[in-house]
Amino acid sequence: MPIQYYIYLALALFSIGIAGVLTRRNAIIIFMSVEIMLNAVNLLLVAFSKMHYAAASLSDKATTVGSDGQLFVFFIMVVAAAEVSVGLAIIVMMFRNTHSVDVNFLNRLKN
Amino acid sequence: MMFWFLTVVALLSALMVLLSKNPVHSVLWLIAVFFAISGHYILLNAQFLAIVNLIVYAGAIMVLFLFVIMLMNLNKDSEPPKNVWMKLAGVIAAGWFLSVICFLINQAPELHNKTAQLKDGNIGLIENLGKVLFTNYLVPFEISSVLFLSAMVGAVVIGKKD
Repeated sequence: MPIQYYIYLALALFSIGIAGVLTRRNAIIIFMSVEIMLNAVNLLLVAFSKMHYAAASLSDKATTVGSDGQLFVFFIMVVAAAEVSVGLAIIVMMFRNTHSVDVNFLNRLKN
Repeated sequence: MMFWFLTVVALLSALMVLLSKNPVHSVLWLIAVFFAISGHYILLNAQFLAIVNLIVYAGAIMVLFLFVIMLMNLNKDSEPPKNVWMKLAGVIAAGWFLSVICFLINQAPELHNKTAQLKDGNIGLIENLGKVLFTNYLVPFEISSVLFLSAMVGAVVIGKKD
C-alpha cells in the first residue's frame, strides 16, 4: 500500500480533530477531538515504521529498523492515558464549581 | 480492500463524533474510530499495538469518559448554539490545513516509491518489540511509571472535596 494513502488518512483524521477542537463548545467533546488527533498521529507513526522496515528488510532479513516508531506509539498511548485522567479530573472539578462544561463560560475564571 | 473499508469506517465515525448532539453518542462513535484504527494496525501486522490500543483507549479511556459524562448527567447536549460564522471559520481552517499539506505530500519526491508493508513483517510482534523496549528504551519505560504515579496523585488531589 503506497505510503501516501496512509499519510492522507492520518491527515484527514487530524484535520477532523482540529475542526472538532475549533467548533464545539462542550469541553468533553473538545477533549475527545484531541484523542482523535493523537490516534491519527499513532497510525501515521506505525505506517512509517512499516515503510522503513520494508525498505530495510530487502537487504537484511533480521533487522529491527522500524520498531522505534511502534515503541513511540506505545509511549504516546501512555502519555495520553495519564493526560486523560488528569484532564477529566479538572473538568469534573470545574463542573462541580460552576455546573457547566461550556468553554465560553469557563473562560471567565479570571474573577 | 480491507484498507478502504477501514478507512471509510474511521473517517465516517470521526465525522459523527463531531456532529452528534448527544455526548454519549459521540463517545460511542469514538469507540468505533478506535476499532477501525486497531483494524489498520492489524493490517500492518502491528499486533501488540492493536491490542494495546483496544485495551487502553477503547477499554479504559472511553469508559472514563462515559463515567464523567454520566456523572455530570449530560444526556442531551445543552450547549447554546455557537455562532455560525465561528463554526464555519473552524471548518474552513481545518480544511485549509488539510488541503495545503495534502498538496505538499502529493509532490514530495522522497515519497514516490515508498510502500508500507502490509500483512507481513516481524517488528510488530510482541517478542521483537519487547526486546527493543527493554534494552534500548529502558529509561523511558521506567520514567513512564513515574509519570503514571504523578498523574494518579494529581488526579486524586484535584478531585478532592474539602
